[in-house]
Amino acid sequence: MRKVVSLMLSLVLTASLLTGCSDNKTSSNGEVIVYNWGEYIDPEVITQFEEETGIKVIYDEFETNEIMYPKVEAGASQYDVICPSDYMISKMIENDLLQEIDFSKLSNIDQIGSQYMEMSKEFDPENKYSVPYCWGTVGILYNKTMVSSAPTKWADLWNEEYKDNILMQDSVRDAFMVAQKMLGYSMNSTDKDELEQCKNKLIEQKPLVQAYVVDQVRDKMIGNEAAIGVIYSGEAIYTQRENEDLEFVIPEEGTNVWIDSWVIPKNAPNYENALKWIDFMLKPEIALKNFDYITYGTPNDGAKALMDEDLQNNEIAFPDLTKHKGLETYVYLGEDADELYNDLWKDVKSE
Amino acid sequence: MMKTKKSGQLLKKLYVALIFIFLYAPIVTLIVLSFNSSKTRAKWGGFTTKWYVSLFHNSAIMSALYNTIIIAILSSLIATIIGTIASIAINSMNKKVRSVYMGVTNIPMLNADIVTGISLMLLFIAFSVRFGFGTVLISHITFNIPYVILSVMPKLKQTNVSTYEAALDLGATPVYAFFKVVFPDIFPGVLSGFMLAFTMSLDDFIITHFNKGPGLDTLSTKIYTEVKKGIKPEMYALSSIIFLSVFILLILINSLPNKSKDEQKVKTV
Amino acid sequence: MKNKSTLLAAPYSVWAIGFILIPLVLVIFYAFTDKTGSFTLDNIIAISESTNLKALGLSVMLSFISTIICLLLAYPLAMILATLGVNQSSFMVFIFILPMWMNFLLRTLAWQTLLEKTGVINSILTFLNLPTLNIINTPSAIVLGMVYNFLPFMVLPIYNTLIKIDSNVINAAKDLGANNIQTFTRVIFPLSLPGVISGITMVFVPALTTFVISDLLGGAKILLIGNVIEQEFKQANNWNAGSGLSFVLMIFIVISIFISNKYDKEGGSIL
Repeated sequence: MRKVVSLMLSLVLTASLLTGCSDNKTSSNGEVIVYNWGEYIDPEVITQFEEETGIKVIYDEFETNEIMYPKVEAGASQYDVICPSDYMISKMIENDLLQEIDFSKLSNIDQIGSQYMEMSKEFDPENKYSVPYCWGTVGILYNKTMVSSAPTKWADLWNEEYKDNILMQDSVRDAFMVAQKMLGYSMNSTDKDELEQCKNKLIEQKPLVQAYVVDQVRDKMIGNEAAIGVIYSGEAIYTQRENEDLEFVIPEEGTNVWIDSWVIPKNAPNYENALKWIDFMLKPEIALKNFDYITYGTPNDGAKALMDEDLQNNEIAFPDLTKHKGLETYVYLGEDADELYNDLWKDVKSE
Repeated sequence: MMKTKKSGQLLKKLYVALIFIFLYAPIVTLIVLSFNSSKTRAKWGGFTTKWYVSLFHNSAIMSALYNTIIIAILSSLIATIIGTIASIAINSMNKKVRSVYMGVTNIPMLNADIVTGISLMLLFIAFSVRFGFGTVLISHITFNIPYVILSVMPKLKQTNVSTYEAALDLGATPVYAFFKVVFPDIFPGVLSGFMLAFTMSLDDFIITHFNKGPGLDTLSTKIYTEVKKGIKPEMYALSSIIFLSVFILLILINSLPNKSKDEQKVKTV
Repeated sequence: MKNKSTLLAAPYSVWAIGFILIPLVLVIFYAFTDKTGSFTLDNIIAISESTNLKALGLSVMLSFISTIICLLLAYPLAMILATLGVNQSSFMVFIFILPMWMNFLLRTLAWQTLLEKTGVINSILTFLNLPTLNIINTPSAIVLGMVYNFLPFMVLPIYNTLIKIDSNVINAAKDLGANNIQTFTRVIFPLSLPGVISGITMVFVPALTTFVISDLLGGAKILLIGNVIEQEFKQANNWNAGSGLSFVLMIFIVISIFISNKYDKEGGSIL
């Protein structure tokens, strides 16, 4: 009996190895494997890219930075170009997962406003690994008909008046950022005392919170389910289109400015095509098309110039960052700090 | 006496109806949402059928649908075959070996999906298997088998071994005896195992996510990535179509055998 | 007979070794090592931290309640279905599984739409001038979500064992003077026990490890052990801690299944 088992086992293994080898040569010159956030591009843009360059796009989507990371790190699948957020990019640089981008091959790189390249330096200090794709802020979305006075600061999320009417972000960094900014700390702090204070603040807030949500802020606010919520600026434009009573504000204590950028992983099979992809995304008319579809702010000045005046002056899509103080971008804090944040967040959630 | 029986029947019907409403309330909600012209589930923007039109122009959703169905059918079929054979074997083992097998069988169910997903991914990496259709299929079969075994085992326990042995004594080959005597007895269990496996395969997201190659999407992975920007109403439309077509198919199937039975009755008369 | 059973078990044995046991070994390896790969018990001991223990306790409680409710709802339903004619009943069984073919996430989001403060149910209640139902973002909503999603897993196995019970056995019991209740407790229920056990396993285990339901219907305000494990993997990228907790959870479930198998044995002896 044992013989049969071992025979079958070896058969299965060799079969799986064979299929593994025979498929290996699929990455010929004519394709580019893109790994992007879900619904983060106008599908027409992909077709357009394929038509203009003759490169076949294999398009894959992820749900969060954290769920993307292990797939890339493990080398399970090889991608040519990925679109992670700021702090994740610094983590990937630190763990040697990215390769430098040959900026000389990007003919449209001038379209990116210089201030965005400056902002990128927080996580990509020499501007070597990333090309900005979308950016925005985090702020408070409120329903005019449900608040007595318009909220202006993070501290308003601790107002007893809104008990059971507050929506908080259900992700560690975003939740702590709110408390950190309110208490006047940096959102990249690793100081134990500061974080402990933030934790206590968040626990204090918990009875007032209706729900911790990530993406349902949008639907719940549109449906008048809550009075006030923490939301990404790109979503705010969309929610306003659906419900006129909603208003977005960047809190006066300052907030997170985030950037999602294109990067090329070390094991990319089609480096040249990845460059062509990034360059294509930089074209003003393409960037505009994507902006219309996903409503997240574009760092592409050329695209902005093509918009109508109203949109160009839209405070939500293109806030004048010089008017706000206390703006910061997340950076990767290292494993120990990550663990500290996660433990404290767990304490908040289990209260 | 008649009265209590009647009210008992009524009570039964009421009970079934209540559970039916409980199970179908969200489904009706989804079907209603598929006709909502607003993109958000939180607001009614008026009646429209546009999502049903745009659905068929969306090649990404269509290929995801194709993958989902193929993977669900193949994985549940293979899992049903392996699982049924295994159940028969396990059933005739002695208690100790049987409990070892049942323990192993339960593992994929005990693990959080994310653990199963990541551990399988690590396995495939260790053997440098290329991620794609095959890896997804293998992982689906793996988490489907326990559902088959757990459905078939209770039926096997109830099956009388003596009829099978009697068939053998009367000269039937083991295979023939199995299909003539044992299989009809356990068939409902096999069928419900297949159904559960199929259902689990349709629904799985996290295990698929870790074991799929780039560009290969199922409806579940598509829906989960869409959550970030809002579920497209096309998804509601597609779910409604799938649901209604299966529903109608079921009613058709249900009405057919009754007819043939009536015919049989006529014949015997 | 014995050799034949091993032969029949061979395909599954191979499969189980390759795709269940080896991955399990990988999980155990992660559970007992730290990030540098050296041996540690920290990931296992982590379960005794108050937050984790609390999460486990809550999970056990909610899954237990859900399992009981599922059993109470499913048993009468399975009995009713089993008394229908063969064609009719398999049709009805299909009807009760069919909702599960809608995507799990979509269905759970639909419950949100139904239960929310301004949701469908409350709109209807307000229209009828009835008091509103406020269970969204509470443990009750989580239990409702669990019962909803796992009910078919309870109905199917019970139904399958019930239709196998020979009606002669029941009639014999009645002829011997047993009343309806006695017939049920002494004959029908013991005979259906294997199905009940299967059902309990198939409901309790997924309920114990779920995290989506508590996130969507519980407002993520209640931390279940599934959420903790998911967070370790997805937010913290700490596979060692996640594996450690999963391993503990697995042991926990194995023990509870072992206990239920004991009852199964007793049930088996009646047969």
